Amino acid sequence: MKNDIIFQLSVRSIRLHFLRSVLAALGIVIGVVAISSMGMMGANMTMSVTEELSAMANVLVVKADTGGGGGGMFGGGGSSGSSTKKSSSTASTKDYLTKANFDDIERAVGSYGTVYPLYQDSTKIQVGDDTGRATIYGMRDDDMVDVLTVDEGTLPKTSSAIVIGPTFAERHDLTIGSRVTIGDATQNEPVSKFRVVGILQEKGMSMDLNSDNAIIMTEKSYVGLFGGDEEYDQVNVILKDINDANATKTEILDKLNRKDNVVTIQDSSRMMESITSTVGTLTTFVMAIAGISLLVAATSIFNVMMMSVTERIREIGILRSIGTRRSEVRRMFLYEAIILGIVGAGIGAVMSLCLGWLVVLIMVGTTKYFFTYQSLIYVPMAMVIGIAICIFSGVYPAWKAANLDPIEALRSD
Amino acid sequence: MSTVPVIELADVCKVYRLPSGDVVALDNLSIRIERGEFVAIMGPSGSGKSTLLNQIGGLDVPTSGTLRITGRNIRKLSDDELTDLRLNAIGYIFQKFNLIPLLSAYENVEYPYVLKHRRTDNTGRVSKLLADVGINKRMAKHKPAELSGGQQQRVAIARALVNDPDIILCDEPTGNLDTKTGEQIMGMLIDLHRQGRTIIIVTHDPLVGKQAERIIRIRDGKVADA
Repeated sequence: MKNDIIFQLSVRSIRLHFLRSVLAALGIVIGVVAISSMGMMGANMTMSVTEELSAMANVLVVKADTGGGGGGMFGGGGSSGSSTKKSSSTASTKDYLTKANFDDIERAVGSYGTVYPLYQDSTKIQVGDDTGRATIYGMRDDDMVDVLTVDEGTLPKTSSAIVIGPTFAERHDLTIGSRVTIGDATQNEPVSKFRVVGILQEKGMSMDLNSDNAIIMTEKSYVGLFGGDEEYDQVNVILKDINDANATKTEILDKLNRKDNVVTIQDSSRMMESITSTVGTLTTFVMAIAGISLLVAATSIFNVMMMSVTERIREIGILRSIGTRRSEVRRMFLYEAIILGIVGAGIGAVMSLCLGWLVVLIMVGTTKYFFTYQSLIYVPMAMVIGIAICIFSGVYPAWKAANLDPIEALRSD
Repeated sequence: MSTVPVIELADVCKVYRLPSGDVVALDNLSIRIERGEFVAIMGPSGSGKSTLLNQIGGLDVPTSGTLRITGRNIRKLSDDELTDLRLNAIGYIFQKFNLIPLLSAYENVEYPYVLKHRRTDNTGRVSKLLADVGINKRMAKHKPAELSGGQQQRVAIARALVNDPDIILCDEPTGNLDTKTGEQIMGMLIDLHRQGRTIIIVTHDPLVGKQAERIIRIRDGKVADA
């Protein structure tokens, strides 16, 4: 390149009009920074959301099919719709799962994951003088050990002990040892007093067990309060690998819905797909808006190149008259556009890393995914777009310069 | 023994088609210039001198007739072939010097050499040519805007000679210079002619014209007197 005199002329022209060239390249810098920062933000957001959701996405919730539809939490029928795959079959009339159903589910799941049954109801509670309603879960002792994490106190071991979620504890100002009266006499339910023995760790939103704002008691306590021994409201499957979700669902449905639609399965992976897809769409939209800045940059480059051609008409005439080919004149102006593009995109890339890091930190709250392939790929991508736009903007001015009539060009002042 | 003329025009016409009607700039012009001649083309404004120079210089092609430069019919050449002809066979010296403002004096002379040879000059030819026209190494580093008119025209002469062309075309070479500098430049052109080069000068100036071996007078696009 050092011996390419056409390239040297391009470099000198840029140097001669340094400020104008810098301003043109600045447009590319802004465009590249905007596109790559937005892209990186989207990628980091997607990865962050995916990780947060994947904690709950490895759960399948199996419920009795009462004929009221079913399907996933999002997407309705979807793959969960396969629970009603035998359309001629009738749905179960029971609104609970039996011990036999649970055993079948456990066998169907096999080595894909672990299975536990859950009782669930909502009833009246009283704490001191305050009354209200709360979600009550009943769990087997062993399942509690596997599933629950206590922040303060212990898990309930007696029939009068309960654990509560942190939000519930805060709302009712409960601590270890507090008393809670559970049951609604008006509904002919027995009313019992329970002692809080543990407060659970915050878990966040979950499909299988929303423990943050609930009371959890032993199976024995629950059955004593609400009846329905071994009549489970749902059976939760915790998968070892999220990718086994569909296979596990098929196994369960094949085993339990062979004749009638006994069960329906809620699958949180669809919710995750939906959320990540929404984040992806938003990212594309924001990047498209950022892309407008590159269009502005393209106009600026085009303007600078046209000015360069207009100012150098006489010089083009001289070059042509002493033996410079049209292709060489065209190359000279395209080099200018490419140099502006490469310099602008290069500076933009460096600035993207700094600014993108800040944007990700502020908007996503963490930069732990910043230096990943999915995140950093937006930097070279934006650079390529920036350089391509520069070349595109330089094509017409270069063509115009190359096709000038040398005689007319020489007459120009 | 007959030799191929360096320039040969036979019934050359150049017609400019304008909205107001056709303008005949060259009208059945026939001229023959032999290798090593020193010819002045003279005529009043609008006579067709510049049009003729553009044709001979390969910057334009005739509308009809035959124009051969070093034996090649330029009407049959592509744009790239015509450009190569200008690069290899013709050295241009303009009234307004027409040096490339982005390049130094040295680089201006070296530019056609690089275009032809696809490499910078490592033979010392550029430096020698500059020295021959009286441009020293210090001046050679200057941009054209930093040189006087006479110095710029000397650089232009060196540039015209760098690819050892068959023809040197001069368009009013002393028109923008004072009398003394003009005489020096004419002296250089006469020296080049003595070295055997073909020199063609387009000029208004009878003092310049009379230094040529032959004067071709053009009037209304035709040869008035040769």
